[in-house]
Amino acid sequence: MQSTAVITPSTLSVVDLPWQVEWNKDTCTLCGRCTSVCPVSAIELGVFRKRSVEATIALQKKPTNSYSIYYGIRQRTDPAYRCIGCGMCNMVCPNNAIAPRLRPEATTLKFHNNRGGAARTRGGRRNDTGSLLDQIKFIRISMLTDPALDAGRHEFELRTLLGRVLPPEDGLAALADNAWVPAVREIYPLMIGSMSFGALSPNMWEGLVMGVSYLNEELGMPVRMCTGEGGCPPRLLRSRFLKYMVLQIASGYFGWDEIIKALPDMKEDPCAIEIKYGQGAKPGDGGLLMWYKVNKLIAAIRGVPQGVSLPSPPTHQTQYSIEESVAKMIQSMSMAWGFRVPVYPKISGTTTSTAVLNNLVRNPYAAGLAIDGEDGGTGAAYNVSMNHMGHPIATNLRDCYENLCIAGKQNEIPLIAGGGIGKNGNLAANAAALIMLGASAVQSGKYIMQAAAGCLGSEHDRCNVCNIGVCPKGITSQDPRLYRRLDPELVAERLVDVFLSFDTELRKIVAPLGRSTSLPVGMSDALGIGDYHAANRLKIKYVV
Amino acid sequence: MCRLFALSSRDPVSPMRAIEALNVMKEGHDGSGVGLFLHDLGGPFAETKDAPILSGIFTEDGLKRLDAFMDERGFVTKATLVLDPRTKTPEGTPIRGVYMARAYEIPADLKAASKAERELTYMAIRVALRLTGEERDDIRVFSFWPDTIMVKEVGDPLTVAEYLGLDRPELFARRILAQGRQNTNYAINLYACHPFFLQGVCTMTNGENTAFIPIKEYLLSRGFAGYMGYQSDSEVFAHIMHFTLSRLGLGIEYYKHVITPLSDTEMEGHPDRALLGRIKQTCRKLIIDGPNCVIGCLPEGTMFMVQDRKKLRPGVVGGHDGIFAFSSEICGLDAAIPDRDPRADVQPMHLDTAIVRPECQEVTLCNQLQSLPRPH
Ligand code: SF4
Ligand code: SF4
Repeated sequence: MQSTAVITPSTLSVVDLPWQVEWNKDTCTLCGRCTSVCPVSAIELGVFRKRSVEATIALQKKPTNSYSIYYGIRQRTDPAYRCIGCGMCNMVCPNNAIAPRLRPEATTLKFHNNRGGAARTRGGRRNDTGSLLDQIKFIRISMLTDPALDAGRHEFELRTLLGRVLPPEDGLAALADNAWVPAVREIYPLMIGSMSFGALSPNMWEGLVMGVSYLNEELGMPVRMCTGEGGCPPRLLRSRFLKYMVLQIASGYFGWDEIIKALPDMKEDPCAIEIKYGQGAKPGDGGLLMWYKVNKLIAAIRGVPQGVSLPSPPTHQTQYSIEESVAKMIQSMSMAWGFRVPVYPKISGTTTSTAVLNNLVRNPYAAGLAIDGEDGGTGAAYNVSMNHMGHPIATNLRDCYENLCIAGKQNEIPLIAGGGIGKNGNLAANAAALIMLGASAVQSGKYIMQAAAGCLGSEHDRCNVCNIGVCPKGITSQDPRLYRRLDPELVAERLVDVFLSFDTELRKIVAPLGRSTSLPVGMSDALGIGDYHAANRLKIKYVV
Repeated sequence: MCRLFALSSRDPVSPMRAIEALNVMKEGHDGSGVGLFLHDLGGPFAETKDAPILSGIFTEDGLKRLDAFMDERGFVTKATLVLDPRTKTPEGTPIRGVYMARAYEIPADLKAASKAERELTYMAIRVALRLTGEERDDIRVFSFWPDTIMVKEVGDPLTVAEYLGLDRPELFARRILAQGRQNTNYAINLYACHPFFLQGVCTMTNGENTAFIPIKEYLLSRGFAGYMGYQSDSEVFAHIMHFTLSRLGLGIEYYKHVITPLSDTEMEGHPDRALLGRIKQTCRKLIIDGPNCVIGCLPEGTMFMVQDRKKLRPGVVGGHDGIFAFSSEICGLDAAIPDRDPRADVQPMHLDTAIVRPECQEVTLCNQLQSLPRPH
C-alpha cells in the first residue's frame, strides 16, 4: 500500500461511482466467490490494516499502539473496472454480505469514461426510465351501454398479417385470374425483435428457438423471431423450424453466404426477410460486434476471421440511393425465394421514415415496414448514440400510419413498431397502445432478454456489458465458461410463460374495449393521455 | 339499445304498422329519435318509379336554395309531398321547417347516361346538398333515390309519426325499415338516426361497433364521395354493405363473411375456402366487433338480418307468405303480424344471414359454413 496516494485528474473515490459495493465485514466468510464472479473485476480481495491505541486507565503506563491486519473486499475505482451494479456478487454470496447500491447523484465517472481517448461503448439500453407509452390509457370501455366481452371465456382472434395485403378489389380479381399475389403470413402480433446470433450466446439462441417452436407447435401461437444480422446456424436453416424465423440481411451482409448456400436445402421458406437499414438504439451507427465476441463459431457463421471487430456500416454500401436500396433489395430478396416470402425493410425511427414508407407504398413487393424507436435495440453501440440519437416510436409510428390512411393503404403495408415496449415491464399495455396507434405488430428484444433469460440490465445503466462478451448471465457472451450458466430449456420455458401471460393481458385490454375478432389496429378512439401536447400530437384524447 | 323493426310485404302497407311495432317495444328505447326508410312505394309515387325522390327537411331559405340548386342542374319538380305537422310540436323535437319528399324529372343528358352514371349523380347531388345544408343549417337530406323516401326526426317514434301524419297513402310502401333510437354513445344528431342509406343500400343496427374508427378511416380513404357522414358508429355497416355489393360485386351471402369472417378452423373444410381466405385477408379492415344486430335492405328489395360473431343482440324474423317482418323483439313481431305461425319464427344465430327476397315468400337462412354462390 502506498503511504501517500498519488492524486491525478482521474483519481476517483468510491463515492464518485454510481454503483457502490457495500460489504459487511461481520457476515463475510471470505469465500471469495464474489470476486471470482464479478464480470468486470470491480472487487478484489483487499488487505486492510487497523491500528488501535491502547491506553490504560489513569495513565500508569504510556499508551501503546497495536497493529492488526484483516482481509476483506475492496472496490476498485479505476473507471475501467468500475462496478456495473450487476449484483452477481450478491447472487453468489452465501451470507448476503455484499451488494451494490446505486447512488444516482454520483456523476463524476461520466467525465472519466473516455480513457485513452476512446469514447465509451456499451450494450443494452438507453438508460432513461421515462416512457410515453406507459402514460397512455385505454379509455373507451364497454360497460353500461353494451355488454363487455369476457376476456376469459370469449373467443379471440389476436392475429395479424405480415406481408403486402392487396386491396379487396385487387385481391379478389387476382384470385379469379389465378394471378400472383404477394405472400402474406398470419402471425402473432408480438414478435421477438432482432438480436443476432453473434450478439447472443448459443445457449440463449437455442432457448429462444426452442421456445418459439413450442409456442407454434404445441400451443398454436404463431410467434415469430427475427434473427438480426449475422446469419443463422446452418442446421436451423435446413430445418422445418426455419418457418418461424425472420432472417435479417443487414448492411454488413454477415452470414449471408451461409444462407444463400443453404437455399437449395431449405425444407421450408423463412417467415420473412428483414432488410435492416437501422436499429433504434444506434441510428446511423450500424451494428457493432466487438472482437471479444467473435470466436471460432461466430467467425465461421459470419464468414469472417476470428477476433476482429465487426462493425456493420451505417448503410448498405453496395447501393448508392434510397430507391435502389429499397426497391432493388426488396426485389432481389423476393426473387431469391421465388416471390414466396415477404420482404420488408427495418429502419430506425427518424424524421424521414414517412419518405421511406411512401416509397414502399408504390412498391408491389414491399411486405411491410418495421420501425424501431429510440428505446429499441440491445446491441453494442457508443454511449452517445444510445443516449442521444433516435426518434421516439409513438409519434413516428403515428405519422406513418396517418400517411397510410391518406394513401388508403392502412394495414396493406403492415407497420411493425418496436422501441421501448415493456421497458418498465408493461409489455402488453405498451404493445396494445402501439397497435391502437396503428402498428400491425410490435417487436421487442430487450424485454424478452430480461424476462426469458434474466438479463440484469435496467434503465439505470446497470450491467450493460453485453458488448464485451462478459455477460454475467451468459446471455450475450460467446465464452463457454459464461454461457454454460444459461440453461436453454429454462429459457424456452420462460419464453413460453412470457407469451402466454402477454396473451392473457392483451385480452384483458381488448375485451373491455369490445374487440375480439380482429386486432384493434388504429383504434385510436380508445386511447387517452394526460399530456395535452402529446394528446394533440398523437391525435388521441386528452384526459386528466 | 335501439329497437328495430322492418317489414317486407308484397302489397304496400302503412308505415304506421312498423311504428306501432316500435311502440310495443318501447321499454327498450328512450325515444330519442326515429328513422324511417320506405322503398317500393305504393301511393302516387308508384307511378314514377324511375324518378329520383329527394327526402329531407328544409327551412324557407333552404327550399329556395334547393330550387336554385336543382334548377341549375336541370332537374324539374314532378311531384311534391309535404308532411305538414298536424299536432303541436312534440316535446324535445325542434321546429325545423318543411318535411318533404319531392320527385324530379331528370335532365335529358342524364336520361341518356348509363344506370351507373345516373346513380352516381344522384349520390353526388345528395352529398352536395347535405354539405351545403350543413353550412347554414337549412337543408337536411336523407336520400335522393328513385322510389325511396326517408324520414328522420328526434323524439318518440309514435308521437313524431302522429305529428307528421305518417299514416297517409302516399307513404305506403312494400319495404319499410324503422328504428326507435336509444341514444347512447354520441350527442343527439338528426343524421345519427338510423337507418343509413347509400345508393339503394340501407341498414340499421341495435348495438355498438367498437371497430368504428379504423373502419371509418378505411372507408374515408376509398376516395368515394358517398362514404361520409359517420355520425353514428353503425353507419359504417351500410357502407360496408355498399362496398361489398358495388365495389366487390359480392351478393348478400357474402356480407357476413366480410364483417364477421369464419375462424381459420371453421374455414378449413369449407368448399369455398380459397375465396373466403382471400376475403378475410383483404377485407380485414372491415371486420366489425361489438354486439350488434344489423337489419338492412338492398337496392332490389331483398331484406336481411345478421348478427355479430358472438350473437350478443336479439333479433327475430317471422311472418307468412306475402308479408315478413324483422324485429329486435318478438313482441314487435306479434304486434305487426299477429296472424303468423310463431313456431316458424327464425332467430338467426352467429353464423346466419336471414334473407327475405322481394317476392316475400319465405325466410331463407344462409349459414356461413355453407357453400356460396359464385361471385358475379
Ligand atoms: S455488482 Fe457486479 S460488478 Fe459490482 S461488484 Fe458485484 S459482481 Fe462486480
Ligand atoms: S446481463 Fe448480460 S445481457 Fe443483460 S445487460 Fe448484463 S451483460 Fe447485457
